Amino acid sequence: MSYFRAENLSLHFGGLKAVDAVSFAVEKGEILSIIGPNGAGKSSIFNLISRIYRPTSGRIFFEDQDITEQPPYDIAKLGIARTFQNIELFENATVLSNLLVGRHRHSTTQLWQELLFLPSVRASEKVHRRRVEQVIELLDLEPYRDKLISGLPYGVRKVIELARALCSEPKLILLDEPSSGLNVEETDDMSFWIRDMKSELGVTVLMVEHDMSLVNRVSDRVIALNYGRVLAMGSPAEVQQHPDVVAAYLGA
Amino acid sequence: MRFLFKTDYEDDIKLFPHSGYVVTYGVLLALLLIAPYLLSSYLMSQLVFVCIYATVGVALLILTGFTGQASLGHAAFLAIGAYTAAYLQKYNVPFPVYFLAAGALTGLIGAMVGFPALRLTGIYLVIATISFALIVEEILARWESVTHGNEGMRVKTLSLLGVTVPRDSPTFYYLCLAVLVLTIVGTLNLLRSPTGRAFVAIRDSETAARSMGVNVALYKVKSFAISAAITGFAGVLFAHKLSFISPEMFTLQLSIEFIIVILIGGTFSLHGAVLGAIFIVMIDPFLTYLKDDMPGIIAGIAATFGAGTATAGNIQSKVAAFASLNGLKGAIYGIIIVLFVLFEPLGLYGRWLKIKLFFQLFPLYKRATFKRQKIYVKSERNR
Repeated sequence: MSYFRAENLSLHFGGLKAVDAVSFAVEKGEILSIIGPNGAGKSSIFNLISRIYRPTSGRIFFEDQDITEQPPYDIAKLGIARTFQNIELFENATVLSNLLVGRHRHSTTQLWQELLFLPSVRASEKVHRRRVEQVIELLDLEPYRDKLISGLPYGVRKVIELARALCSEPKLILLDEPSSGLNVEETDDMSFWIRDMKSELGVTVLMVEHDMSLVNRVSDRVIALNYGRVLAMGSPAEVQQHPDVVAAYLGA
Repeated sequence: MRFLFKTDYEDDIKLFPHSGYVVTYGVLLALLLIAPYLLSSYLMSQLVFVCIYATVGVALLILTGFTGQASLGHAAFLAIGAYTAAYLQKYNVPFPVYFLAAGALTGLIGAMVGFPALRLTGIYLVIATISFALIVEEILARWESVTHGNEGMRVKTLSLLGVTVPRDSPTFYYLCLAVLVLTIVGTLNLLRSPTGRAFVAIRDSETAARSMGVNVALYKVKSFAISAAITGFAGVLFAHKLSFISPEMFTLQLSIEFIIVILIGGTFSLHGAVLGAIFIVMIDPFLTYLKDDMPGIIAGIAATFGAGTATAGNIQSKVAAFASLNGLKGAIYGIIIVLFVLFEPLGLYGRWLKIKLFFQLFPLYKRATFKRQKIYVKSERNR
């Protein structure tokens, strides 16, 4: 059984088939990239997995559990974290509190305990803070801890989003175009971090990406999509030479 | 300028980042404690209202400032708290019991208002809360067996542990102050724990909050319940302070006053609730002063500029007629809101921070420091 599995996943908006009977599997500890032209349905698949959209048909399995009907907040509790294509950070909060929200799925304190800020809350806050610091260290975010998001440049925000996802200690992380809007140097950093996530933290990565050099550097396998359908699946080199993929990108 | 050198994770958690805060707030608290011996009875009465308004302001900040759910229904929550107290008093329920009962009942009703509010955002939520307030107002006027309708209800003098506490006694003031301080401390505790961060997360991006494991619906309802419960507590004190309550005291105007409290104080910090409360409580006597004295002053000015006695008298009566127009107060409140939103969106507390920073950086302060800038525009949002 695969670690993560999508079976015949479909998402139809009226007559438009954004995702059309897509099936794929992710093995534990691999980095799987989804590529495809604009509008191929890549981000829609992510939104289906994190339950922002409800699939028209098909099922999603994670660790042999059917998660198709789970409410969105439970997806994160199961250990699936994600980043967004257009950065969804908490703008008017500090970097630190953004990252601490990432710890939300690990919080066990009750409301009344929090109102009194009992020693148990204090202790668990310190644990959260320590975990967050580990992620800050991994992603070199030390200069920004107390800064408000609204004052930070795009490249840094992108890293903070990744950091927030990592703070939840996910088993599977969904990266929606991690390199979009980043310069060459920042993209290089990103590729190191993605590989670090896999090798050091043991996180399985599912990634949507347009930058083929990044895809080639980090992915174990690649899926190519077009018009909501799978065109090809395999190693990065295989997929790029697949005639259907070449036709989709360059025209037949 | 002070630079904080953090050496422990505790430094990010504690309420007072450095000793300066302890001194400032210690002095403030000491002043507030000796206030009954310094201030006139009129100012003490105003100070009690500041405490009550600030408590409601903090409640509204939790909901509007931190969770991002606007509400124009807080006068109704205040009314429910006040009427619960007045009703239970008839059955000789002791103060601590009906105080807690009022908070609990209002919190419960707040949660019930929160449920339909789950599907509404922005202006639609405002309309929903207005209609809630109107419904409550109507119920208070019609449910005569409990509320005595438009005749109103008399609230007996507060009696705490066998001791009567008149509404203008220092003890009553200390009680209001204690409720305010406890509310502020509780809210600060909440804000530095997971619940408070979930609130802020919902305010800034519901999608992201959801994908981080925050049960958005649950936390919105929690926010409504907490906010309403605190307002209910304030309502009990409000009832005792007025000693008489009737439906026309809890109108939309009062809800708008609460919104003014946080808008003018500043929606991003609890300081805003207190500053806004001082503002709203003090502007009322100021407006009364203007209404009473302004016509005479304007007529006097007109006279010095050569207007005849008849003309001056005419001007005086015209200005006086204008000043006593119905709804003028509402219009002035409206203008104040508009001016603040346009020119000082961060409120009085934001202005204070700017002034402080100006002196800290003295010759180096740049005017553009707080200029709002958009670095990029979100192309789409998953709502």
